[in-house]
Amino acid sequence: MVQAFLVLENGTVLEGVSFGHDSAVLGDMVFTTCMSGYQESLTDPAYKGQILVSAFPLAGDYGVSDRYDRSGAVHAAGFIVREHSREPSDMYGGVTLDDYLRSNKVPGISGIDTRDLVAMIRSAGTIRVAIVRDEAGVDAMKKKLKEKAKDDNLVSLVSSKDVKKISSGKGTAIGIIDCGVDRGLIGDLSELYDVVIFPHDTKAADIKASGARAVIVSNGPGDPSHPGMASTVKTVKELSSSLPVIGLSLGAQIVALAFGCVTERMKFGHHGCNQPVKHGSRVHITTQNHLYTINIKSMDGTGLVADQMNVNDGTLEGFSHKELPVYGIQYYPAPPRYERDSFLYNALKKVTEAGK
Amino acid sequence: MKKDYRKLMIVGSGPIVIGQAAEFDFSGSQACKSMKEEGYKTVLVNSNPATIQTDLDTADSVYIEPLQAEIIAKIIEKEGVDGILSGMGGQTALNICSELADNGTLDRLGVALLGTQPDAIAMSEDRELFKKTMIRIGEPIPKSRTVNNIDDALVAVKEIGAYPVLIRPAYTLGGTGGGIAYSEDELKEICARGIAYSRIHQVLVEESVLGWKEYEYEVMRDKYDNCIVICNMENIDAMGIHTGESIVCAPCLTLSADDHMRLKAASIKIIRALHIEGGCNVQFALNPANGEYRVIEVNPRVSRSSALASKATGYPIARVSAKIAVGYSLDEIKNSITGTTSAAFEPSLDYIIIKIPRWPFDKFRMVDRHLGTQMKSTGETMAIGRTFEEALLKGVRSLEIGVVGLDRVTMSDEDLEDEMRRATDRRLFVIAEAIRRNVDTKKIAEMTQWDHSFVLKVRNIVLMEEEIKKELTPATLRKAKEMGFADATIASLRGIDEKKVREMRKKEKIFPTYKMVDTCAGEYEAKTPYFYSTYERTCEAAATKKKKGKTVVTIGGGPIRIGQGIEFDYSCVHGVMTLREEGVETVVINNNPETISTDYDISDRLYFEPLTLEDVLNIVELEDADGIIVQYGGQTSVNLAVALEDALKGTKTKILGTSPDMMDVAEDRKRFSKLMDDLGVRQPASGTGYSFEEAKKIADRIGYPVLVRPSYVLGGRAMEIIYSEEELSTYVETAVKVSQNHPILVDKYLAEAIELDVDLVADGKDVFIGGIMEHIEYAGVHSGDATMVLPPFSLSDEVIEKVKDVSKRVAIALQVKGMLNIQLAVKDDEVWMIEANPRSSRTIPFISKAIGVPLAKVGTRIMLGKSLKEQGCVGYKELKHYAVKASVFPFLKLPGVDSILTPEMKSTGEVMGIDEDFDVAYYKALIAAGNKLPKSGGVYVTVNDTDKPRIIDAVRDLHKVGFTIYATKGTSTYLRENGIPVTTVFRVSDNQKPNAIGLMREGKINLIVNTPSMSSGARRDGYMMRRLAVELEIPFTTSVNGANAAVGAIKNAGGREIKVRSMREFH
Repeated sequence: MVQAFLVLENGTVLEGVSFGHDSAVLGDMVFTTCMSGYQESLTDPAYKGQILVSAFPLAGDYGVSDRYDRSGAVHAAGFIVREHSREPSDMYGGVTLDDYLRSNKVPGISGIDTRDLVAMIRSAGTIRVAIVRDEAGVDAMKKKLKEKAKDDNLVSLVSSKDVKKISSGKGTAIGIIDCGVDRGLIGDLSELYDVVIFPHDTKAADIKASGARAVIVSNGPGDPSHPGMASTVKTVKELSSSLPVIGLSLGAQIVALAFGCVTERMKFGHHGCNQPVKHGSRVHITTQNHLYTINIKSMDGTGLVADQMNVNDGTLEGFSHKELPVYGIQYYPAPPRYERDSFLYNALKKVTEAGK
Repeated sequence: MKKDYRKLMIVGSGPIVIGQAAEFDFSGSQACKSMKEEGYKTVLVNSNPATIQTDLDTADSVYIEPLQAEIIAKIIEKEGVDGILSGMGGQTALNICSELADNGTLDRLGVALLGTQPDAIAMSEDRELFKKTMIRIGEPIPKSRTVNNIDDALVAVKEIGAYPVLIRPAYTLGGTGGGIAYSEDELKEICARGIAYSRIHQVLVEESVLGWKEYEYEVMRDKYDNCIVICNMENIDAMGIHTGESIVCAPCLTLSADDHMRLKAASIKIIRALHIEGGCNVQFALNPANGEYRVIEVNPRVSRSSALASKATGYPIARVSAKIAVGYSLDEIKNSITGTTSAAFEPSLDYIIIKIPRWPFDKFRMVDRHLGTQMKSTGETMAIGRTFEEALLKGVRSLEIGVVGLDRVTMSDEDLEDEMRRATDRRLFVIAEAIRRNVDTKKIAEMTQWDHSFVLKVRNIVLMEEEIKKELTPATLRKAKEMGFADATIASLRGIDEKKVREMRKKEKIFPTYKMVDTCAGEYEAKTPYFYSTYERTCEAAATKKKKGKTVVTIGGGPIRIGQGIEFDYSCVHGVMTLREEGVETVVINNNPETISTDYDISDRLYFEPLTLEDVLNIVELEDADGIIVQYGGQTSVNLAVALEDALKGTKTKILGTSPDMMDVAEDRKRFSKLMDDLGVRQPASGTGYSFEEAKKIADRIGYPVLVRPSYVLGGRAMEIIYSEEELSTYVETAVKVSQNHPILVDKYLAEAIELDVDLVADGKDVFIGGIMEHIEYAGVHSGDATMVLPPFSLSDEVIEKVKDVSKRVAIALQVKGMLNIQLAVKDDEVWMIEANPRSSRTIPFISKAIGVPLAKVGTRIMLGKSLKEQGCVGYKELKHYAVKASVFPFLKLPGVDSILTPEMKSTGEVMGIDEDFDVAYYKALIAAGNKLPKSGGVYVTVNDTDKPRIIDAVRDLHKVGFTIYATKGTSTYLRENGIPVTTVFRVSDNQKPNAIGLMREGKINLIVNTPSMSSGARRDGYMMRRLAVELEIPFTTSVNGANAAVGAIKNAGGREIKVRSMREFH
């Protein structure tokens, strides 16, 4: 057992046990309340650069497997758990969380009172933290945490570099502006449509030229109003007059920005699998991962209408345009095989069949 | 939005039986609360007086009446009910409501069935309809066929392809009558049984999914089709062991997120297809080899699993289900734990829940301990921890089975292997032992069909034990505590005193921290202080203290077991309610997920924890409590009294009420005998034997029959009446081990004496006798099993005065402040002391309901210093009606148990019959307990010589009302001599026809009067007949008084119109 330290921006140092990769890391700490799916979380591009805390105390009770990988890489910068299993259940096989993080060069720390961290984040908002193995490095980290954080455009780190076509001969093509799209969505979509994936900074004209019948602006990490995202906002604005556009999570925020709304940082965001969203008379339990939201008041006069709300905190969860086939949802679309009322797929069906 | 109803009825679940326990008092009470909150007028019906829901203020009208369709119909009419909630009283309520719907009563009376509708219930309960529905929506189910006879069952096996097959009877609870057949012979036997138990004589023969993983989903749906999953649970024991018999963890630990999504989607699809409105439980089997799953079962109502899920997550399933039933949508209902979020969400856990069943094998030593598809456990305990190991070890020490950790098992390697392959209640300990003996963990996993990762968790515990044995450094100590090790376990591994470990912990500042169960894994601030201990950085409990008035800790009763049932939880809850009324800040410690005391809004702070000295002390110290109440948690809390007082010496914390020293006087035979001698109260002669020889000498001195038992007993465990030296030697060889440390107690048995139970409250000066209950059976039948009548029906005023006098003097001498239960025997008008229990007794709820005075509330106020005079409660409560308590027994569920009543308690629950007329009250009690009292037919009489003259009148009466009398030779000769026509039958052992067994099978016998003779040979002879009576559900009585009362009931009540009266009308 090797010691590790979790250093918080307020100077608190918590001692734990190191696992995963032997490296130091620094980033915003966010928590997830999902009780399973740790691998899905770690590989979610929307966690890019963030240090993830699992509120649930056990991680890795079943093995890591390609099946659960959402993007081909671990995007979370670090993982904080109460306990990780060294010998997972053999039902699914796969490697241990420890080995997985090590080979992906991501450090983890266990033996931490994660509920305590959740409570801190709940009251203080996102906290900058660092994981270090070397006790001697703790003081340096304390200093480093006080410095202003680098403000990278996280989307550019996870978006694909070139256009990818996944043609399964379905005839109808859906374009995705990749701000950090995950494999799950691509897989689900390609069962129904041909899919074309565009880098986040693709020009509107190129997307139009692809023949896509509708465009999805994908989920992804970071702040939609980051200067680096301006080109994406512009593209979406141009597209929305001629093509159906559906924004997902970060993508929804981008669509809202394109229509002149204002986005803002939340205290600690929504990261979990149990966010209730009310849509009409129906409540859907959704999976979410976002730190930014759309200011509802700023929608006045933009043509966008807030029509889905978070039952718990009243934040905006979905909108549609008064006239145009433009939609946005803050949550992850449920796979159609598991949810007959999946908003995204119903909307796609509607917009793709509209012209026929 | 909610609909308008004039009056809503909630049907309870009746007596506690295996498979249906306190969880339905919890759900019914929550439902009543929830309906009252909405402003509805409510009526509650239940036959079980030991429930909070039958308290006067739970509903506008409360009826303690037998749960039978025609009686419910009468209440509906009388009260003008126009809506019924059927889903809150388990299978019992569901069956009654289905019956009322099927026979047109509900339509005739214009009553709406709220929540899940009868057709939906049928769709989940009727195996064939269920199968069709699953096929329609494309959900996989095991291959199966419904049959009504054995020939069709054989055909079904051919279709399925191979043995083993499962047999599941339709419309039974807890899997009664079901089983696994590995061969044709077994198939025939189990099918015959299952068909007999099924309400519609139907069983399902099904493909075996033995060894598959078992997962459960608790799902909710409202009528707007919103669906949520409250909780999923993983059965650690694989398919083949009933979920009620399995160790269960929540949430599922070995299930991938993707498979979780798959099963969640399936659950929602199912609950929608079945049109369930409210809570529902879906069980899945998943083949670990290929990921295939099958839908096993759906419970279209709240269940024991939903009670567990409620406590595991903090989500009040019954409360929300009731609101859905009256028309609310999920998002219109508030999450009462956080107070801010809505009920339309799925709870997130940030801890691990472990449920472990509590089995009655300590009581039923002859019963087969193997676990299968039939439930045998009577209760369960739930533990919460931040690690699996912690939750598991806390669960183990909550069981109160005499172990605090994974204690060693003395068993040969062969037996160990056998127990791993065929599970018994010892399985967990067996696995730990196998690990200690270096059996390969993969092999253990294969033999037990546990997931390997769970075996490894047990191994972690065993490895920790080794580490502790080597050296106890502060780091080791901390690690052990984080894994849930008790101080006592650490102490015994080190061979030191437990106190030493506690001191070391304090020195090293290793204290438990308490975390909140908040439904949302900390994401929102929660307002409801519901805590569990762990060893981590921050403690959340201290911050919730109001720091104003006094704080009092009430210690609960732990898991439900035979001898310690829901009655104790009832008193705990009353105690806590009273403390709150008196402005005291209340703390409850308990670990039973079924009960009301562990509902989060009963106390100011709830700690879901084991009830050992260490766990209790930790909380008491953290709370800096002013007082502790130990009188309400049964023997569990009484046993802690002396040790708690000792540990808390010099602090401000006091044991409230009767002093622990005086409790010890009552509990300690020698001290108690001395006190009785000083008071001049007679006691049966007795002695303590430290060897067989000594016991024999005592028995010779005081004369047979004698009552024997080990010195330290819970609820009369291993207590027997012994008639001869030969029996004494058998007893010593088989039942108990006598030694210098474990002597046996030998008492003179007062044959044919009347036994009485007296419950009283005292304040040190005055005494209020709540009531004197006369047993129908002779002394020697455990008071928990005896049929009791309040007030006494056969005692002279002079004897009653004597009883009152003795009771008062004993209460004053013991300086009782609070509750006291006294058991007395009356023989030849002399009063004998049997025992005194310085605590709330099993009969407190019964008596409180019968007399209309909540004794536990009176007792609590005494403990707070309010005298009886101040409370206006002195003397003795006279009654104008009779209340009869009858017990229900688990004989049907536990093959091999003799149904004869003895000093060892066997019943699981009780009912109350109440009426102005004794015969009617008795009749109500008997039918409520499930006895099918006949109005006509045949009665089989076989009584011992002493009883013959006393049975004449009863038999004559039966003859007069038209019964055919059958009797064995001796009895029939005697009856004929007295002018009663009798058909003589052979003894069973004569092997000739007609005999009783044959007549019973032919359905010619509808009532049995059998008073066993004193010799053990004859008692064994009657065993077969009694066992068959149990299986054929023929009512039988084993005492003359019982026979007389039953005959009175048949004669004077059976034919008459039964009137229903609400509890308010009695008081």
